[in-house]
Amino acid sequence: MSLLSIAFKSIRQRLLTSLLTALSVSLGVALMIAVLLAGNILNRTFDLQQFGYDLIVGAKGSPLELVLSTVYRISPPIENLPWRYYQQLKENKHIAAAIPVALGDRTEDGGFPILGTTPDYFSIPYAGDRTFRLKGELLRGKWESVIGSQVAKENGWKLGDQFRMVHAGQDDHVHDEKFTVVGVLAPTGTPNDRTVFVNLNGFFAISGHEKPIEEAIAREAEFFRESEQEIRQFYAKDLAEYAAHAHHDHAGHEHHDHPTPDLQKEVTAILVRMKAEPGREILAQSRAIEFSSRLKKGFQAQAVNPIMPMQRLMTNLVGNVRQLLLYLTGVIIVISGIGIFVSIYNSMSDRRREIAIMRALGADRIKVFSIILLESIVLCLAGGLFGIILGHGFVIVAAPIIEARSGLAIDPFLFDSRELILLPVVIGLAILIGFLPGVTAYRTDVAENL
Amino acid sequence: MSLVLKNIRKSYHQPGGGDLPVLDIPYFEIQPREQVALVGASGGGKTTLLNIISGITTPDSGEVLVGGVDITRLPEAARDRFRAERIGIIFQTFHLLPAFTALENVLLGMSFARGKVNKPHARELLTEMGLQNRLHHLPRQLSVGEQQRVAIARAIANKPQLLLADEPTASVDAANKQTIIDLITTACRDHEIALLTVTHDPKIAQRFERVVPLREFNQVLQHST
Repeated sequence: MSLLSIAFKSIRQRLLTSLLTALSVSLGVALMIAVLLAGNILNRTFDLQQFGYDLIVGAKGSPLELVLSTVYRISPPIENLPWRYYQQLKENKHIAAAIPVALGDRTEDGGFPILGTTPDYFSIPYAGDRTFRLKGELLRGKWESVIGSQVAKENGWKLGDQFRMVHAGQDDHVHDEKFTVVGVLAPTGTPNDRTVFVNLNGFFAISGHEKPIEEAIAREAEFFRESEQEIRQFYAKDLAEYAAHAHHDHAGHEHHDHPTPDLQKEVTAILVRMKAEPGREILAQSRAIEFSSRLKKGFQAQAVNPIMPMQRLMTNLVGNVRQLLLYLTGVIIVISGIGIFVSIYNSMSDRRREIAIMRALGADRIKVFSIILLESIVLCLAGGLFGIILGHGFVIVAAPIIEARSGLAIDPFLFDSRELILLPVVIGLAILIGFLPGVTAYRTDVAENL
Repeated sequence: MSLVLKNIRKSYHQPGGGDLPVLDIPYFEIQPREQVALVGASGGGKTTLLNIISGITTPDSGEVLVGGVDITRLPEAARDRFRAERIGIIFQTFHLLPAFTALENVLLGMSFARGKVNKPHARELLTEMGLQNRLHHLPRQLSVGEQQRVAIARAIANKPQLLLADEPTASVDAANKQTIIDLITTACRDHEIALLTVTHDPKIAQRFERVVPLREFNQVLQHST
């Protein structure tokens, strides 16, 4: 009969106490796993270090909100930018590419965010030099759509399927217009997987998406610091077409078949890639910084490096909170350990006789010390292993719920390499816990306790 | 010789100061396979003597030779190992471990000796004790007599040279006393083990080939009268 099986017998003898103490270690370890994995998920999701573009240009406001809305699509857009501003930006000699994006609506099925854009969106890499891979076609037609891999998987959509979108706002109005899926993206591991891309012209053409004329004139006047008269003159052609269209008969065609006047178009943000000569990539960065500081001084818009706000958030807030949670769960594990120590130590007074019997049968002091130590290790290790299963089980169960509520893509089978040190730490703790009761067993006087 | 005691002295420190002599034995021996009953009143140092012979307690002076080995000269761990392999002990209150079945209690005794745990031998011994249907019962599921039989099987499991029995029938009822003593003496005879039984019951003592009153060779008791 091995020392380990003797330790097991002893645990079985005090089954309820043993189970409860091991469970307390399990809960501590499970919490630690959950915190580690949550941190890992946040890191993977928000710590994207490479983008295919240098800047996000959006309305004045919080840079973090602009990034959360444009890149991660989990925050409502701040404010829109006039289409004319996008056209001006496109003409800037230092800008290689400017891609407009319009956000706000979501799909009727699954509630995935809708992003109106041009086919150029897919021409720039989504991270570093990784480019989009697509089954099907790009957004050539007005009512065409390309969907992310996760959208295709969860909604079961395939090429040729049609869908409608829910208008952003409190009324949850479902638009009548239908988009057809013409392309499905290969998985990217980015928020693009959970996004539905629609042709920007189609997005503008949806009834209710165009800004009312008078409101648009007032907004442009304010944005460009011009009088309403000047705005009316600038858009004279658009306004004339609008007046003619408003009075003609729509029989035989839909209202949304007409092109949307530029005055009524707005974008949520513009993804900007600066020009750089071959071998002088640094030039693009310095141009981006210069461009960003110029906009900062102005009153119209802001240009944000997509990496910086998230990095600041992750380092200053999320990183510290995660660290604090790790310390707290560490304390919980230590408290569980103290529970095991108290349980084993208290049982020692009842067990002196048993230890004396074993000594009388020929067990030396080292053997009885080892039995107590093994008991502590078995309890902590069993608790630790169960805790790891429990922690991962929690993440597996919680992942789809968090995904549905936050729109974040979560890998439920994520593994954090720091988990590998958890079991050695638990064994170390078990040795510490078992040491003093072990010494008590070691010192037990046989003759006195028989 | 199975056991030789030479000039054994043992005294205990008293709380108020000074020493209380308990044992002073100039010489005592037991031949191989001999069965001896040691009789004496309570408080006469019988249990202390058994503890010294088994190496649980060390004497203040003197030699304890078991099978020719002076166990007082062995380091503690070696003495523990020697006890596991060469000396069997039966206690008055059996001292079975409550979490272990009858079979496991016997195996536990084997596991502290150098040889491998021999499960068939343990089963055989329990069968010899009439417990073939009680192998997997916990001590609390056994009668008092059955518990003592398990204790006997455990004590002889490592084929010792010497078996020490401390009032082995004190906790069993009158009907079982003779049976228990018969089992112990028969087992010792069959397995060629020398037996030293401590008892204060004359009826039990008379069943032994040699009965030694402790007073006869413990000089502490002689001086106290």
